[in-house]
Amino acid sequence: MVGLTFIPGSGGQPPLGACRGIMADLLRRVAERADPAAFRELYETFGPRVKAYMMRKGADAGTAEDLAQETLLTVWRKAALYADDKGSMTTWVFAIARNLRIDRLRREVPWQELPEWRLAEPSDEARPDEALAEKQRQLRVQAALAELPQDQREVVALAYIEGLSHSEIAARMGLPLGTVKSRMRIAYQKVRVALEDLQ
Amino acid sequence: MSINHHLDDATLMSHAAGSLPNALAAVAAAHLAMCVRCREELAIHERIGGELVAGLPGMAMERPAPAVPKAAGVETLTRPAPPSEIPAPLARLIAGSLDEVRWRWIGPGVWHRPLPISGTGALQLLKAAPGASVPEHSHGGSELTLVLRGALIDNTGRYDPGDVADLDDSIEHTPIADADAGCICVIANESPTRFRGIIARLMQPWHGL
Repeated sequence: MVGLTFIPGSGGQPPLGACRGIMADLLRRVAERADPAAFRELYETFGPRVKAYMMRKGADAGTAEDLAQETLLTVWRKAALYADDKGSMTTWVFAIARNLRIDRLRREVPWQELPEWRLAEPSDEARPDEALAEKQRQLRVQAALAELPQDQREVVALAYIEGLSHSEIAARMGLPLGTVKSRMRIAYQKVRVALEDLQ
Repeated sequence: MSINHHLDDATLMSHAAGSLPNALAAVAAAHLAMCVRCREELAIHERIGGELVAGLPGMAMERPAPAVPKAAGVETLTRPAPPSEIPAPLARLIAGSLDEVRWRWIGPGVWHRPLPISGTGALQLLKAAPGASVPEHSHGGSELTLVLRGALIDNTGRYDPGDVADLDDSIEHTPIADADAGCICVIANESPTRFRGIIARLMQPWHGL
């Protein structure tokens, strides 16, 4: 878990960190063998998180569940494009959910591209050292986020989870716009430094 | 293309988060299409999003996993469009080339063309004749300016095609178009720009600046 202190416990669900190591493998099973059991596992792991993410932007429970389903069906459709040697799967699911949230809840065409996919054959096995490095990168990002002081953590969460713009965060927190931006910059630099030797 | 002026980390973070006002997101996407360095930074910002969403306390799903269509992974890659003066993300807003834009005169040596965009913010193309100064203006909220042709020079430096000026509302500036080539740029504002030049101010009620 990322350890955002203002977010309560995970409500009895298995922490994602524990099973995330096998997630990339699951997705590979989805991609290579169209394995419905692998899809079900993906759904049960990511569905509730994506549903919560949708509800934070104001979707009611039913709509949020529809959007979570659609996110994971998109993961299924695009599974062969997923590049597990180029980024984490959580990032990939996030990007798909983010774009869907912009499309359906903001009713705007998202300007963000999904992360770059590799052009090689999807059946290529991930190199073991790369899989290990990827796991390291995830742990570093989690640790860096967990160590952020409350004031930085809050602006970051308002941007990513609540979907607020700089100005909206400034208004919500009663801060000058410049302060919101500088907190974001500092928070980002901490994550970036944590990844420096692993890029 | 060598790019010297990039998106601010705070802008990249909000873009990755999907929370940048729509007009600013359009210009951010256009710069990202041209800038490898900012794409690499964006990937880290997106990682943060992934970990934050993964860390959310889940909301139990009411329904079981849906039946999935037989063939997974059927989608194929869309290859990136070939490089052009108009970055691919903006091609859906600008029909034809920059030479076909129907400009509106807004002051001596300065023309603009508003671009339709939904959601928050305003987006416009701006053309300045060689040596012309873009009327002094301050910003309500954030502004992004991306040079598409020629160059802009102001007290923060020289902006060539692909360079983006990512300025916050504390900055007032008077960019001048390159003395030989002039400049065409795309500008996104979170709120409408207030130009300060007398002529521009006179024109303001007429052109919605």
